Amino acid sequence: MISRTVRRKDMVPITWYIALGSVLFMIGVSGVLLRKNIIIMLMGVELMLNSVNINLAAFSYYLKDLRGQVFAVFTITVAAAEVAVALGILIALVRSRGVFSADKIDTLKG
Amino acid sequence: MERLFFLIFASVAVVSALCVVLFRNPVRSALALMLCLLQVACVFVLLRSPFLAVVQVFVYVGAVMVLFLFVVMILDIRQAELEAFFPPRNRWLMYAIIPVITFEFLLVILGTSFEGFGPGAGGETKVEVIGRALFTEYLLPFEVVSVLLLVAMVGAIVMAKKRWD
Repeated sequence: MISRTVRRKDMVPITWYIALGSVLFMIGVSGVLLRKNIIIMLMGVELMLNSVNINLAAFSYYLKDLRGQVFAVFTITVAAAEVAVALGILIALVRSRGVFSADKIDTLKG
Repeated sequence: MERLFFLIFASVAVVSALCVVLFRNPVRSALALMLCLLQVACVFVLLRSPFLAVVQVFVYVGAVMVLFLFVVMILDIRQAELEAFFPPRNRWLMYAIIPVITFEFLLVILGTSFEGFGPGAGGETKVEVIGRALFTEYLLPFEVVSVLLLVAMVGAIVMAKKRWD
């Protein structure tokens, strides 16, 4: 019994994991919003996707439910596909215009 | 002990994530992102999901980051162009809003008591269980994701190749 209470005391609370996920998410958001370099904006998107994976894995562990991990595997797959397409677009964009700054891509006047 | 390891991994992850945003050179940002993703893989190990940790290292650290570095090297960003990107001057609203939202997140999360979530005493999730779930219960999403990967690969090749006309 005593050893069990010691183990319980040593366990990481779930709030810590969620806090880590949210901090990483906000760093990713600031990377997307503050930087103008398109490559670093893509890295910010990767950070955001990864922080969501931390949340999924944490809830999967603390609820003893497998689905969170399966979902995280799907998230990783979609993130890999997204990076491949985004970098393809980036290469085409730089070849045709030679700009890296997101502020200079304003053909649509958005 | 586990808390100590979590704090180590979390602090290195946060610092390297900040480095991703703050470094001027994209190559350095990519290397810092690689460190951050490795720390997240360690956090997955702490969460007793070794399959996820291995997939994270293979896919993110192995494939995605190599792709990033490869593109950065191919495109050869000039130094003069790098200087113009950082630090951004006209985004004071973002500088104000982002710390506020982060603070609110932490306030809400740390203030919530997750009553139903005791310490997860369950052991590691075996790879066999995940594989069985992927190929029985989640077979349709699995196939959809594989088709999505194929489409993304074809699309990336088509967009990145040189026009021959």
